[in-house]
Amino acid sequence: MKVAGPVVVAEGMAGARMYDVVRVGALNLIGEIVELRGDTASIQVYEETTGIGPGEPVVDTEAPLSVELGPGLIESIYDGIQRPLADLVDREGAFMSRGSDVPGLNREKKWHFKPTVGDGTKVGPGDIIGEVKETTLMVHKIMVPPGVSGTISGIREGDYTVEETVATCKGEGGSSHELKLMHRWPVRNPRPIGRRLAPEHILVSGQRVIDTFFPISKGGTACVPGPFGTGKTVVQHQLAKWVDADVVVYVGCGERGNEMTDVLTEFPELKDPRSGEPLMRRSVLIANTSNMPVAAREASVYTGITLAEYFRDMGYTVALMADSTSRWAEAMREISTRLEEMPAEEGYPAYLSARIAAFYERAGRVKCLGGPEREGGLSVIGAVSPPGGDLSDSVVQATLHVVKVFWSLKGELAYQRHFPAIDWLTSYSFYTQYLPKTFSDKDQGAEMEQMRKEAMTLLEQESELREIVRLVGAEALSPRDRLALETSRSLREDYLHQNAFHAVDTYTSMVKQYEMLRTVLHFHHQALEAIEAGAETAEIFKLAVREDIARAKYIPQDEIDKIRQIRQRIEDQMKPLHGAAVAK
Amino acid sequence: MLSVKEYQTVTNIQGPLMMVEMVDEAKYGHIVDIELGDGSIRHGQILQVENDKVLVQVFEGTSGIDVKHSTVRFLAKPLELAVSPDILGRVFSGLGVPKDDGPAIIPTHRLDINGQPINPYARDYPNEFIQTGISTIDGLNPLVRGQKLPIFSGSGLPHDDLTAQFARQATVLGKGEEFAVVFAAMGITFEAAQFFIDDLHNTGAIERAVMFVNLANEPAIERIATPRFALTAAEYLAFELDMHVLVILNDMTNYCEALREISAARKEVPGRRGYPGYLYTDLATIYERAGRIKGKKGSITMAPVLTMPEDDKTHPVPDLTGYITEGQVILSRSLHRQGVSPPVDVLPSLSRLKDKGIGKNKTREDHADLYNQLYAAYARGKEMQELATIMGEAALSDEDRKYMKFANAFEARYISQDYYENRTVEQTLDLGWELLSMFENAELKRIDVKLIEKYMPKFRQKAGT
Repeated sequence: MKVAGPVVVAEGMAGARMYDVVRVGALNLIGEIVELRGDTASIQVYEETTGIGPGEPVVDTEAPLSVELGPGLIESIYDGIQRPLADLVDREGAFMSRGSDVPGLNREKKWHFKPTVGDGTKVGPGDIIGEVKETTLMVHKIMVPPGVSGTISGIREGDYTVEETVATCKGEGGSSHELKLMHRWPVRNPRPIGRRLAPEHILVSGQRVIDTFFPISKGGTACVPGPFGTGKTVVQHQLAKWVDADVVVYVGCGERGNEMTDVLTEFPELKDPRSGEPLMRRSVLIANTSNMPVAAREASVYTGITLAEYFRDMGYTVALMADSTSRWAEAMREISTRLEEMPAEEGYPAYLSARIAAFYERAGRVKCLGGPEREGGLSVIGAVSPPGGDLSDSVVQATLHVVKVFWSLKGELAYQRHFPAIDWLTSYSFYTQYLPKTFSDKDQGAEMEQMRKEAMTLLEQESELREIVRLVGAEALSPRDRLALETSRSLREDYLHQNAFHAVDTYTSMVKQYEMLRTVLHFHHQALEAIEAGAETAEIFKLAVREDIARAKYIPQDEIDKIRQIRQRIEDQMKPLHGAAVAK
Repeated sequence: MLSVKEYQTVTNIQGPLMMVEMVDEAKYGHIVDIELGDGSIRHGQILQVENDKVLVQVFEGTSGIDVKHSTVRFLAKPLELAVSPDILGRVFSGLGVPKDDGPAIIPTHRLDINGQPINPYARDYPNEFIQTGISTIDGLNPLVRGQKLPIFSGSGLPHDDLTAQFARQATVLGKGEEFAVVFAAMGITFEAAQFFIDDLHNTGAIERAVMFVNLANEPAIERIATPRFALTAAEYLAFELDMHVLVILNDMTNYCEALREISAARKEVPGRRGYPGYLYTDLATIYERAGRIKGKKGSITMAPVLTMPEDDKTHPVPDLTGYITEGQVILSRSLHRQGVSPPVDVLPSLSRLKDKGIGKNKTREDHADLYNQLYAAYARGKEMQELATIMGEAALSDEDRKYMKFANAFEARYISQDYYENRTVEQTLDLGWELLSMFENAELKRIDVKLIEKYMPKFRQKAGT
């Protein structure tokens, strides 16, 4: 037997299977078999291994790493292997101790179960047999676990714990399966679905640069790479707070402890913009901070996505945020090094990109397994923290191969305190085509699409014009170009820049985005006309209405008419200039 | 209690590592004593156990150890720090042994220096503003209790003066609570360490300080344990004795180099620049020990110092540090050359927890808007400064020139301050308004109109416009 950091090698493990969970040593540490050679097993241990040595026992639990799925998940906060952190504090105090064994779901709590099918109903995998109202925001659908089918008997409304039988399912061959509120699922296996559908609905986030220019769809995948200090985590937090998903799973994977505390203190206080309920009532948090054991960090993203898939199977829209997938990859690297595997680039294991691809592929919009017919969506948004912000990093490259949305965070923007620091020139989204459909008003959608293109053209023009200014000075520009520069500045400062910590500005509805963008461009068009007529650019740029445009973002949603009034004021103020120029 | 076992079965010695064979009951992470042929004692820690073979890292280095005459004692416990309230005011070696002239510590108990991770659920969010009296920190990158804010510096930059000022002036507004300073010196020069110690003496703060000193000429491998001793002492003071502890780790780059030495000796696959792939995780186990805990009075605030080789922020040590800590204060060589002191490079510096510690009832309602505006204006002014050096000032428009003038004034008055000047946060904020008064109200887009109306008139009158 051998102990080297998080990897333990044990002998006499004949009969053990790959990815079986084992208990290691006198301290009963939790581990998972990652390599088998003859009867020797290499085990990644989810807890600190100090004090473990040869001669100590290793016990195979003969089950793969699994999570418990059932009522009680929502509002929970777990570590990487689904141990409830709140219960651990109650039991063991503020510091994590080792070898603790607390089940993921509360065993005592009774849930009120309401059947939706009767005795004698034939059911198959994924069929909904009843509901539990888990929180004010969440109706938890109880489904027949995958692999079980037959005829229901003994189903009754009532209060049950997660372990009590709510119905019996008799199979054709006379086999019988007791259905409970809870079942288990191995985290490394994707849960079965009906079939995949095209992800054609936008997941509205209320973040202007994202929704307007680089939207993500329900069932889509996105990645946010950037050097430190560019606001990856703030972007993730903003999305977790405001996306129009039914359930949010937030995985803090190898990141800062204080950041998780921030989420923990803020989510119960923040109100969901649609229901007015605390955001926590639709959230599950997984916190495996950077100083917690590295192997559990490796497992945390799988734990997270399995929980997310489970809610998707109920027919919900789920958003999973993983911050940061680089730490996950580093955990893989560390384990791989200890296993003395042959490394590929930068010491990462050769299977890095395959693992990353397989993880993101678990996202998608699907027709769920079983009846009644329903659609679910699981969007995955992964932060990537490349060393030195270098996008050629293996993790970034492997991620870009599979994701459809790329939000590139740029250091220079962050230094100017332009947040979110998403670089509009290098980011992309494959879902922009679905944007018009987000508007209930068809014309508005089509117009938004037009404006989006126009704004993007202006921003691209700006980067060229700035080169010219740098070389030959601002005087060399034509009035039209000068206006293009000013409008782009306005787009950047008044539209793209969004203050996550401002009560109003933190969330902008699609309709408000439309009104704001229209206002900025309205000024551009009006000014263009005035310039054509011969008006001075300097005069135009001095108009008082420009301050109103700049402050449009602070206008609350219910006073949205005020934004429309700004457009009237633009015309009123532009007219005299226009007139004077014509008169000249 | 396991008995202490002795072995004379050292087989290989290589760099700082030593292999001992035919050992039973060795445990990963436990410590050993090594008695040399001449009777002197060295210390080591078990890095790997494979059957009866044990790999030991020797803190004091392996020179002089031989295979034949060395005796290895397995102490069956991890590295521990003996604590008692008497540790305050004392100086220890990098391995936690008293090295001043004081009496031996009679410990109340012993703590494993690796500690255990704080359960994220038990953390309390850091939101108490710490006034450091330094404008670039208080005004633009406010520090809060329980935060870890590193100073990214370079060789020849005045980070020692800045950390000393930090330790001297840091207070929480309106509160007189028990505080302590824990200072860990890793591979720094005698002069640098003495400067800090003298400064603490002069202000009388030495009574409330604990120091762990591993100087440049002391064994490099010892440095791996030094910050852990310091943080164990800090945890003891903060969470058992209810003190507010400021931990200064100087210099983390030396620590990482020691780690690299071990990794290279073990022939591990190196990550970037030869540093081990687990550098991030290893640093996290140090930095993440800062924080506050629900239901406990004390706190640990951390200010690690690191020198960036060639001032390169993407070097693995500052890079990985930046990914773990809650922001960074970066010192700039070009500002230092221009005589701006402290030469804080404002634009890339950042405090991630600033928004929670400021605002009404904490500092002042205008704080957040004000620093946003100062940043934006300074960023633009800085761009203009660069443009002006390329094309000459004449090429700038009037507006651009105004921003450039602002940037110059900002560097001369806001960033620059004496190492003994202790500005209150009100003074810092007012200075910000005063500098911004060179712009029209409409140009101050980042500030709420109401705040401009409330605060600006005073400064416009003063400026006579």
